[in-house]
Amino acid sequence: MGFPHPPHPRENQILSTHFGDPAAVSLEGWRERGGYRALEQARSITPEAVTDIVKASNLRGRGGAGFPTGLKWSFMPKEKKGPHYLCVNADESEPGTFKDREIMRWTPHQLLEGTLIAMHAIRADVGYIYIRGEFTDVYRIMEAALEEARAAGIFGDSRVYLHRGAGAYICGEETALMNSIEGRRGNPRIRPPFPAQVGLFGQPTTINNVETLAAVPHIVTRGGDWYRGLSLSSPKSSGTKLFSVCGQVQPPGNYEVTMGFPLKELLHDLCGGPRPGRSFKAVIPGGSSVPILTAAEADETLLDYEGCVERGTMLGSGGVIVFDDSADMVYQIMRLARFYAHESCAQCTQCREGTAWTTKILERLLAGKGRPEDIDLLYDLSENMTGKTICVLSDSCAAPVVSGLNKFRDEFDTYLRHAVA
Amino acid sequence: MHQTTAIHEPVFTGENRARLEDEMARYPTKRAALLPALWIVQQARGWISDQAMGEVAEVLDLTPAYVKGVVTFYTMYHEHPVGTYFIQVCTTSPCNVCGAEDVVQALLQHTGCGDLGATSPDGRYTVIEVECLGACGFATPLLVNDDFIESVTPEGVPALLERYR
Ligand SMILES: Cc1cc2nc3c(=O)[nH]c(=O)nc-3n(C[C@H](O)[C@H](O)[C@H](O)COP(=O)(O)O)c2cc1C
Ligand code: SF4
Ligand code: FES
Repeated sequence: MGFPHPPHPRENQILSTHFGDPAAVSLEGWRERGGYRALEQARSITPEAVTDIVKASNLRGRGGAGFPTGLKWSFMPKEKKGPHYLCVNADESEPGTFKDREIMRWTPHQLLEGTLIAMHAIRADVGYIYIRGEFTDVYRIMEAALEEARAAGIFGDSRVYLHRGAGAYICGEETALMNSIEGRRGNPRIRPPFPAQVGLFGQPTTINNVETLAAVPHIVTRGGDWYRGLSLSSPKSSGTKLFSVCGQVQPPGNYEVTMGFPLKELLHDLCGGPRPGRSFKAVIPGGSSVPILTAAEADETLLDYEGCVERGTMLGSGGVIVFDDSADMVYQIMRLARFYAHESCAQCTQCREGTAWTTKILERLLAGKGRPEDIDLLYDLSENMTGKTICVLSDSCAAPVVSGLNKFRDEFDTYLRHAVA
Repeated sequence: MHQTTAIHEPVFTGENRARLEDEMARYPTKRAALLPALWIVQQARGWISDQAMGEVAEVLDLTPAYVKGVVTFYTMYHEHPVGTYFIQVCTTSPCNVCGAEDVVQALLQHTGCGDLGATSPDGRYTVIEVECLGACGFATPLLVNDDFIESVTPEGVPALLERYR
């Protein structure tokens, strides 16, 4: 197991306080650190009261879409007609993102506590934690934590199970995830109906990301106002966020900062900046599905939902991918397009064909066989892939391609100039 | 690890049967136990043959065609035998810019696999490239069967393989 970097004084560690502390992994260790008191507190008040605290905190989903968590919970029916479900999204597969894995491997009970609080708030009978198939070590840790909690009677009337994925990025999309739990191919579903009405097994369901749920016990204990007050820039973004910094930067790792923290300071002060003799060229701030920033744009970006949108990109999952001046942007963008082509579930024509053709054209360009009209063709394909499909995987492929073409056009042109006719 | 005989020995007997029933109790439908059932097969046999898919279909009241449709959707299920040690290396951008392709080359060379997806002549190794493993800050991560290993370098490959003889 890799070890986390030592905490930096400018981090604001709430979720990551116990990263790197093996003693925090067990139930006993978690209890010694104050664990499961928030659950007790939450269970002593009504589901509505818990939801209100989370609403007041302004917590927004950390899985990528940033939807307000309390509001999402309030969509669940107040009157139960059948079972309610909670799905915990631990599919973490967005390139650049590796925060949920750290939460689960160092603080499995932090996630479990948040899960049980959410289940109380939405009156869920059963919770399924969907862990991507490749997370073998995390699966074992979570399994042990569940076993401990079950033996200690912490579950009460709730039932919580792990469900192991089997290799498919698309299963992180919430409706594909439900299909996958049901034993189907992981194809996203057309909405409406929304999961809060017709979700898992046709019943009312809420889906939340691991990091979202891990924040919940802290909010219950310290109050919605406290959490809402954690904000360095836009009041619409509150709390702390784990940023998974990776790529050509030293040292990579998860850094927890207050919303609105400057990206430049994250990369240069918390991390140690570029490798010796190198300079940054490009940064993707929110996982591979969001538009690429030039290093100059990154220097101006504040890390919250609004701050990223202001610079033409998105906060997404908080996977910060860094490229230095040695990176071949055309090749790296092709690799990202190939990722989406590989992961497309192939239901929608624009996505199936668009991701495949985008990859083929970029490969052709890299092989010295590009044609001048390929640039327009790439723009054209991307336009057709945006806003037209059942889920946003298709848009996600277009994001790095279009922003890459706009901002690193010279690198594409160099390949074109050297093309052999 | 491989099943070589043509006759299908049922998987779901004894302990595997008990594991399957435990899984089935977690869901309101039989179909939902399909992914767990396929994992049990793969752990027992190393891969999932057509006959095994038939057995899974039977115990879960599904058709063999349905089961195959699900198996083919998920990349981690093997429809063919693979090497004793199945190695999956991430080569997606974040790891790619940190030298993941050099790790792959070193693995291909030291395992004798030659090509991606091919099994080494001694039957020990299969190496494939996979997309993001969710450990991008620990480039280059890889899986050897169920062992998740981080921060692998080309130089570290021989020592790594020593552990999987
Ligand atoms: C293609 C695709 C992949 C996704 N992958 C993940 C994932 O791996 N983990 C995750 O939490 N959310 C993922 N999401 C977002 C989920 O659909 C959903 O918005 C999220 O789990 C909701 O939880 P939250 O509100 O707590 O963020 C993905 C979305 C799409 C379109
Ligand atoms: S956009 Fe792509 S991944 Fe999403 S449903 Fe359509 S084909 Fe599947
Ligand atoms: S890109 Fe390699 S683990 Fe994410």
